[in-house]
Amino acid sequence: MTRAILAILRRDLAISLRAGGGAGIGAIFFLSVVMVVPFAIGPDQKLLSQIGPAILWVGALLASLLGLERIFGADAEDGSLDLLLLSPLPLEIAAFSKALAHWCATGLPLVIVAPLLGLLLGVEMKGLGAVTLMLLIGTPAIAFLGLIGAALAASLPRAGLLIAVLIVPFTIPVLIFGTAATAAAITEASPFGTAFKFLCALLLFSAVIGPVAAAAALRIGRGA
Amino acid sequence: MRLTASGISCARGGRTLFTGLSFALSDGELMLLTGPNGSGKTSLLRQIAGLLPLESGSIVCEGFEREEETHFVGHLAAVKDALTVSENLAFWVELYGGNAADLAGVLEKFRLDRLASLSARVLSAGQRRRLALARLAAIRRKLWLLDEPDTALDAEGRAMLVGVIAGHRAQGGTVVMASHGTLDAAPSQEISLAEVMRTAAA
Amino acid sequence: MPKTPRMKFSELANPNRFMRMAWWMIPLFAALAALLLAWGLYLGFQAPAERDQGITARIMFVHVPSAWLALGIYSAMAVAALGTLVWRHPLADVAQKSSAPVGAAFALICLVTGAIWGRPTWGTYWEWDGRLTSMLVLFLIYLGIIALWRAFEEPLSAAKAVAVLTLVGFINIPIVKFSVDWWSTLHQPASVFRLDGPTMHASYLHPLLISALGFSFLAAAMIIAAMRTEVLRRRVRTLNIFAAGEAR
Repeated sequence: MTRAILAILRRDLAISLRAGGGAGIGAIFFLSVVMVVPFAIGPDQKLLSQIGPAILWVGALLASLLGLERIFGADAEDGSLDLLLLSPLPLEIAAFSKALAHWCATGLPLVIVAPLLGLLLGVEMKGLGAVTLMLLIGTPAIAFLGLIGAALAASLPRAGLLIAVLIVPFTIPVLIFGTAATAAAITEASPFGTAFKFLCALLLFSAVIGPVAAAAALRIGRGA
Repeated sequence: MRLTASGISCARGGRTLFTGLSFALSDGELMLLTGPNGSGKTSLLRQIAGLLPLESGSIVCEGFEREEETHFVGHLAAVKDALTVSENLAFWVELYGGNAADLAGVLEKFRLDRLASLSARVLSAGQRRRLALARLAAIRRKLWLLDEPDTALDAEGRAMLVGVIAGHRAQGGTVVMASHGTLDAAPSQEISLAEVMRTAAA
Repeated sequence: MPKTPRMKFSELANPNRFMRMAWWMIPLFAALAALLLAWGLYLGFQAPAERDQGITARIMFVHVPSAWLALGIYSAMAVAALGTLVWRHPLADVAQKSSAPVGAAFALICLVTGAIWGRPTWGTYWEWDGRLTSMLVLFLIYLGIIALWRAFEEPLSAAKAVAVLTLVGFINIPIVKFSVDWWSTLHQPASVFRLDGPTMHASYLHPLLISALGFSFLAAAMIIAAMRTEVLRRRVRTLNIFAAGEAR
């Protein structure tokens, strides 16, 4: 089973990272969102550094929603999805592996560039560390939730926007506890432990419900 | 092993494709599915594979696990352009738990050895089809479900496919193949889905 | 290319009992809704002005039942989703599809009346209060479900995909609700006005319950009417496919 999981990770990562895979586009979009915000609210360095972590969270959330349709859409198009369904690997595990590969190719770059973008917004050192660590926990949770939308729309062409609309409501708890834990780590005013624990719990929860619901959606989607 | 289908039906988009279809297959048999486009050949293969639910009836497998012993080669080749030819094959071998040591031999058999390290993007339709078929030889499975496997193959490719199928049957494997009859693979049974509909309608 | 398409007559015949029941249920429920709403409205205007808010508190006779129904209809959709996936009941997905716009409408009514109520009470049309924000998220989930329905051509594929989404939402909504409540207490400790069920005065509770019942019958009448339309729409669709097959 490990062999099969590693095979999926290696293959999906190779496809995303090679030409035409579009792995870096999410990070560029992230940069664009962060760049646009100061134009909208003005170059007020104090205000920007205050809301900087929140901007980073919103940017990372939006960037995570991009490209979700590629998780299953490409496989549905070229027939790979049928073979994945027929493979001896449980579909839940396969879906989990695909979400993990997707996160490594698109989510992890967001986490890596987040502190650099934070510098643009004037977020202080402590805040940079906090937001990066929280994004490291939060973005995989978003990817696992997004997996459900990707599976629901696997057979639909040009489903990117639809998936984003379906998934945003379910990512709100991640955003709430992620930003709360980030803010708590910076200001030490509110309880950090609670929000951080809830964020970790959300990651575990979405890592279970995401693949299970996605596998159900794929099985049903093929049959109908 | 034995595969028995009794009274199975299929409906797509509110339209019944076939009803009351029954057949039995045992070791070494090749069942040919014929019929015009849209008569349900692909749907029947997908039902046997378990990709499509049965409208009615049942499919029973004796002596083997369908989930672990089935190859499905459909219209789509499941080939990724971003990967090389050998990476494409190696992925399915890893996922299906096949023998990864003999990939070079399989590629040679399917005349893909000289393309092994090239991106699958450059493959012609026939080469792409041979890469899909190479899965059959690289991973051992008892039941092969082939949907018009000779599409885009040249005469040499078709001869090779006939040989691969004959070899599989000689080892006790079973094949269900949808075809327009361009492949002379000596079937032991034949189901004409147009015929099935005609008798059902009568 | 000769084709002999055959329609599944069960598809046409199956919901016949429902169609017969819908014939008397829709007018009956609509009449009950009209009576109860009129009565509830009358009692509502009889109710004395609220101590802090005066007469504006009377908007709750619309606002609160809408909130309950928006949640209640979602729960009913989750049951219908199980009906589609587990019991494969032919009417379950029709019920799912017909309920979604009605539930969304009640969520919207709840949001709009909340905003109208908020203007004199809070001084703004929108306050990021826990309850209203949760309802906004629920409204968004409803819109997502409707969008997914519209994305599929084939009604059965749509029904199954929507059923999965509805159930995922059913598991997630309590989590969203909890986190939004947590978030709103973090940012604004005290809510301006709270409805504390049992302690509410009878002159408010009675019209509230009566109008809630009236709105429930209204929702039932609208959902059943929408279901009847959907069954007829599918018959037309099946007949069209049949006719296209005959013509060949």
